[in-house]
Amino acid sequence: MTALTLPTKRQEEWRYSDIEAVASVWPLPAPERVVVGAGEVQAHTLLQDAGEGSVAVKDYAVEVADGGSCAFHLLNIGGRFGRIAFDVRLGKGAHFELHGAIIGGGEQTLEIVTNVTHAEPEATSEQVVRSILGGHATGSYLGKIAVARHAQLTDASQSVKAMLLDRTATANAKPELEIFADDVKCAHGATVGELDKQALFYMASRGMAPQSAKTLLLRAFVAGVFDGIADEAERERFEAAALEKLEALS
Amino acid sequence: MLIIDNLSNTVADKPILKGLSLTINAGEVHAIMGPNGAGKSTLAYTLGGRPGYEVTGGSVTFDGPNGPVDLLEMEPHERAAAGLFLGFQYPVEIPGVSNLQFLRESLNSQRKARGEEPLSGGDFIKLAKEKAALLNLDMEMLKRPVNVGFSGGEKKRNEMVQMGILDPKLAILDETDSGLDIDALKTVGSGINAIMRKPDKAVLLITHYQRLLDYVEPDFVHVLAGGKIVKSGGPELALALEREGYAEVIAA
Repeated sequence: MTALTLPTKRQEEWRYSDIEAVASVWPLPAPERVVVGAGEVQAHTLLQDAGEGSVAVKDYAVEVADGGSCAFHLLNIGGRFGRIAFDVRLGKGAHFELHGAIIGGGEQTLEIVTNVTHAEPEATSEQVVRSILGGHATGSYLGKIAVARHAQLTDASQSVKAMLLDRTATANAKPELEIFADDVKCAHGATVGELDKQALFYMASRGMAPQSAKTLLLRAFVAGVFDGIADEAERERFEAAALEKLEALS
Repeated sequence: MLIIDNLSNTVADKPILKGLSLTINAGEVHAIMGPNGAGKSTLAYTLGGRPGYEVTGGSVTFDGPNGPVDLLEMEPHERAAAGLFLGFQYPVEIPGVSNLQFLRESLNSQRKARGEEPLSGGDFIKLAKEKAALLNLDMEMLKRPVNVGFSGGEKKRNEMVQMGILDPKLAILDETDSGLDIDALKTVGSGINAIMRKPDKAVLLITHYQRLLDYVEPDFVHVLAGGKIVKSGGPELALALEREGYAEVIAA
């Protein structure tokens, strides 16, 4: 399903993108298909840490059959442009969850895009995204949830929080709901904030160097995003990569 | 230990301290009392270096580990490393950061600034346990995020545990007694005595009430009004204030 023409910023899901960067890798390869069978449980991780200046675009097409469950943990930190997009279709009683973190600095543009379709009744979905942005970086989360007319008892939630380290950084959070059924729960919340100045002074008053204090607060901000990674070594790999990126930022 | 000379400042362009002078020597406990709005908390925050507390005149000299230093020239974390501790009237909550992590990072940051080796995990836990026990604070609480879900009294005891672990030369305690019931007041009072009542240390207590001074006996009591010290005396001054009120005592 690769589009043949280069997207423009007029298209909603490319609105905050770096189209010039996209053009440099156009046309995109076909999305990676993830097929979760009925009743099957799958867990995936993706650490996007492409080298400085490179362009990384990754598309997933996820299909979760009736009663199946699929979880993704991702950390999006690499390249001048890094985009991870999901097109998810849920069967009856199926579950999809995404736990993502974006950490960007310099001139980076990093995004996570989800398009989750509750095609059948009783499916559940959850997206948790935490972004930390410094310098002139732009971090965006665009999350669309579509609920089909007969997909009653859908339960979908999104929690999006962003932290800006500099006034020059940008965070975009864009939930989009398209609901045709009437008995559904779709919860979403989005906040954009800065580091708590009172906490920073409190920490300094105890002798903590400003850099350590910042890093500790930022670690706390993204803490929990990777808790669900069952494999300990993999979880540590994600936490270490996030910490290293944070230390480079603050 | 601390010489404040003719200190003036502004907060959001409003003058608060107006030529405050105070000298504290090692081994002494001083209490500053005063009506609301006199500048008591402003003095504490200014000495701690809180952003937004603009010094407009005067000087503050502090006996650091390597001799006297100009306190006002130093960053807040450098003041702490030099041996200054600020007990907050409203301790700050930090979700997601445990007390132990917070304190270990703080202590080792201070030690590093002084050119000392970091404390090992084991030694740190031992120290934390000892100080928590001194203040009757359950060690389990130190594993929880900083001050999150703590009652008013627990927050103040936690401040004292922090003081015990960081072992400062000079503690400025801003209304450490507010929000404490009688039992907690006793615990906190004896904690202050155990940690700070030493020939090489000093304490500046900022308080509204006499009652903390029953447990931590001051050597000197000062009345702060209108941004400067208007009267100084011994412990009897605090009793007079309690009996007669600020207006009477200041006028006398």
